Amino acid sequence: MDRQGNTYTFLYASVMVIVVAAILAFLAQALKPLQDKNEAVAKKMDILKTIQVESTANDAEAKFEKYIGKNAYVLNIKGEKVEGEAFTVNLAKEIKKDKAEQAYPIYVCQLDDGSTKYVIPVRGKGLWGPVWGYVSLNEDKNTVFGATFGHKGETPGLGAEITADNFQEQFAGKKLFDASGKFASITVVKQGQSAGDLHKVDGISGGTITSVGVGNMLKDCLSGYEKFLKN
Amino acid sequence: MSSEKEPLFSAKNLKLLTTPLGAQNPITIQVLGICSALAVTVKLEPAIVLSISVMFVTVFSNLIISLLRNTIPSRIRIIVQLVVVAALVIIVDQVLKAYAYEVSLQLSVFVGLIITNCIIMGRLEAFALGNKPWPAVLDGIGNGAGYGMILIIVAFVRELLGTGTLTLPGLGGIQVIPDVFYEWGYANNGFMILPPMALIVVGIIIWVQRSRDKDLIES
Repeated sequence: MDRQGNTYTFLYASVMVIVVAAILAFLAQALKPLQDKNEAVAKKMDILKTIQVESTANDAEAKFEKYIGKNAYVLNIKGEKVEGEAFTVNLAKEIKKDKAEQAYPIYVCQLDDGSTKYVIPVRGKGLWGPVWGYVSLNEDKNTVFGATFGHKGETPGLGAEITADNFQEQFAGKKLFDASGKFASITVVKQGQSAGDLHKVDGISGGTITSVGVGNMLKDCLSGYEKFLKN
Repeated sequence: MSSEKEPLFSAKNLKLLTTPLGAQNPITIQVLGICSALAVTVKLEPAIVLSISVMFVTVFSNLIISLLRNTIPSRIRIIVQLVVVAALVIIVDQVLKAYAYEVSLQLSVFVGLIITNCIIMGRLEAFALGNKPWPAVLDGIGNGAGYGMILIIVAFVRELLGTGTLTLPGLGGIQVIPDVFYEWGYANNGFMILPPMALIVVGIIIWVQRSRDKDLIES
């Protein structure tokens, strides 16, 4: 056949596309279970990290079972328990809904020292894509016990530093409600301006949009739990 | 035919492996693939993993295109190359997500961006389309290594001076600059973390290389 002719060119392109699509589809299907498991384990590790339980990819599932197990619920805006599995709630979809219709997952953890911690998942926008995280609260449902953050594609060395320990450690001890009981959230401000403030943490220089995104994410997501937290 | 008897590692073939490391380095001489040299060289680990991933793609895309070279209609050859490269990159991305999840999180978007790495298409156009599979594979290894070498040097300098650590795969961040230095008043150069410093480091490498080998200086 004429190698430069239209028929050959069309045939070649079609066959190539079908072959490549088949290979990729097969590969994606074959690797999916492993990838899903990695994601679930990473999520459990993140939740455990917010309550300061160190875990590895190997023991995350066992530890999650031990400290949280079945104590995970889905709440509505009024703070009432509703039907649903907290772990499988897709926050990316939920945050697009109306506040009143969102599902609000919460994990209740019993630590070794007998204290109870509440872990709330949050999700919002960074500079290049989504950012997310988990915030754990003490029994008073006001003081932050710990926070971890993740991101899809923030700039390494800049916005991506929200995953660094020294950024996340700042959140411990901050409060969600001010002295009068009003929801004040925690905002991320320019470096050096947060000193002594219970509702502010230092942002990342060079990662301003990501830092502000984290602040907005906390405000948007945590405000939905206001009723539950005040009870 | 003399080429039939040519040994696997003849002088000519070895040259394919070694010239991209020096006189034909894709980054410092051909100035290709600069974009990723800027983006992933803040820390050593992602630079190493990306180098390996890029080498995988250069080797296999060179091999596949070289095997297909006599069948590809010349009018759509760029599209064919692109499909092969894109498919390989997706394979790398999926495999990393399944078997090296932590690393895939760190590299995030940069794995996908291997597709846009000019070195890969450049080698396919310039070499794989006109050469047999074995030399094409060697060319792929050579160029992947030449690219990776510069990436790792830049990442080494930037991480060492920028954060005082070196991050190696499987070991995590290791503090290299001793605490005593900081007590004496040494400070990490935060500027090193910013993208412009990657260009300046690459520029210094180009300068050093050309002042050692005057043949490389364009008239």
